[in-house]
Amino acid sequence: MPAGDRGGEAVNLTTPLGDEVLDLRAGDTVTLSGTIYTARDEAHLRMMEEGIPFDPEGAAVYHCGPVVQNGRLVVAGPTTSARMNTLSGFLIDAGVRALVGKGGMGPEVVEHLRGRAVYLALTGGCAALAAAHMRLSGVYFEDLGMAEAVWIIQIDHLPLTVGIDAHGGDLFRAVREKAKTQFHQRFNTNQDTVS
Amino acid sequence: MMVNPADPTLSSALADATERALAEAEIRLPPDVLAALRRAAAAERDEIARRELGNILENIALAEERQVPICQDTGVPVVYLTLPPDIPFSPALFDGVREGVRRATATTPLRPNVVDPLTRENTGDNTGAGMPAVHVTPGERLTVTVLPKGAGSENVSRIGMLLPSQAKEIPRFVAETMLLAGGKPCPPVILGVGIGGTFDMAAALAKEALLLPVDTMDDYEQELCDAVNALGIGPMGLGGDTTALSVKVKRAGCHTASLPVAVNVQCWACRRATVEVKR
Repeated sequence: MPAGDRGGEAVNLTTPLGDEVLDLRAGDTVTLSGTIYTARDEAHLRMMEEGIPFDPEGAAVYHCGPVVQNGRLVVAGPTTSARMNTLSGFLIDAGVRALVGKGGMGPEVVEHLRGRAVYLALTGGCAALAAAHMRLSGVYFEDLGMAEAVWIIQIDHLPLTVGIDAHGGDLFRAVREKAKTQFHQRFNTNQDTVS
Repeated sequence: MMVNPADPTLSSALADATERALAEAEIRLPPDVLAALRRAAAAERDEIARRELGNILENIALAEERQVPICQDTGVPVVYLTLPPDIPFSPALFDGVREGVRRATATTPLRPNVVDPLTRENTGDNTGAGMPAVHVTPGERLTVTVLPKGAGSENVSRIGMLLPSQAKEIPRFVAETMLLAGGKPCPPVILGVGIGGTFDMAAALAKEALLLPVDTMDDYEQELCDAVNALGIGPMGLGGDTTALSVKVKRAGCHTASLPVAVNVQCWACRRATVEVKR
């Protein structure tokens, strides 16, 4: 565990996930164990067209394009989740209970998660740290290439923060709103300046 | 005009140096960046932000221990060469760098990130049309500097053609860039700011500013950095004191009717390394 005050005890989650994700609140610390499936832009597009290759019920989907060498996971940190804003609804509809990534997601995803699933944030750039909690166990859509394929990964207590909970709580949005207020105060601009 | 034939020994030496520089850059952060991260972690007051910074420092130690890349987005290679007077400017330089990138992709290893912009077809070895980007400047020794650039931060970079009367608006433009970016570029960020020149020069200056040491800032850079940190976006957009580790500015003269300003956003993993080519 990294040095520093970890605040409350982490909640340990294991896939397949169920209603326990509904108890989480934005800002909570959790660890995730079990199986996780990587998916980026291209994999989402293909799954929409051809179906989901894994059992989505209670599954966790990880926004990640790892570095794989000779069937081993070298490093595997999160990619920017917002690129998947318009591509995530069908996964939650199919029973996926957790999206894992970095940077947060848009309002349409916050609404989609409501009452059903959560968004878990992994520290961006921490690819060696993430890989230390992971073991590669298979792959779908390998023809999409290393970064875009759906890799099946076994994870052991991956350290995460609840970024968006199942009740509309969005830590990223709260931070953004505060930043916006701060910005307009500092530069004496009105709220319409920034989209 | 004599055309210099490709020099195989020069090409091969450059390939070696490029391969080594990339491995070094991808696995180990420069000391100035590491120092800035440690300072930020020590000063941070927000609990979640402290945890994020703790993860970052742990990740850096793990990458070094396991000799693996710091981040799986091993970026696209941006390469700067300094060329001494006795070495001709020739295709051999570009061939050598390209070969070094190919090798580093297999040996470090790097994720193959370079695709055709329209078909999105991956070239498999991080080279491609115009890739790697190689910038050559005169120098005393032959050196290769690599700056592997990830997409999360590159994607939120901005350029603005401000009016000549808007010089006072630059801090606002810089802060607004981060306001729009939020947690997407993996803050705490380093911002390279290019002011002046032309549309394309401002962007090039902003990228070059990312090569400057981050542990010193002049008053103007500090002002820009304070404006960004006041936003409270924090590490990964989860809130906190540490949004920017540093802001570095490079300037050039510009047209009396122009004020180009470019902000090149760089994630906390500001990876760069320089290797001298031994001859």
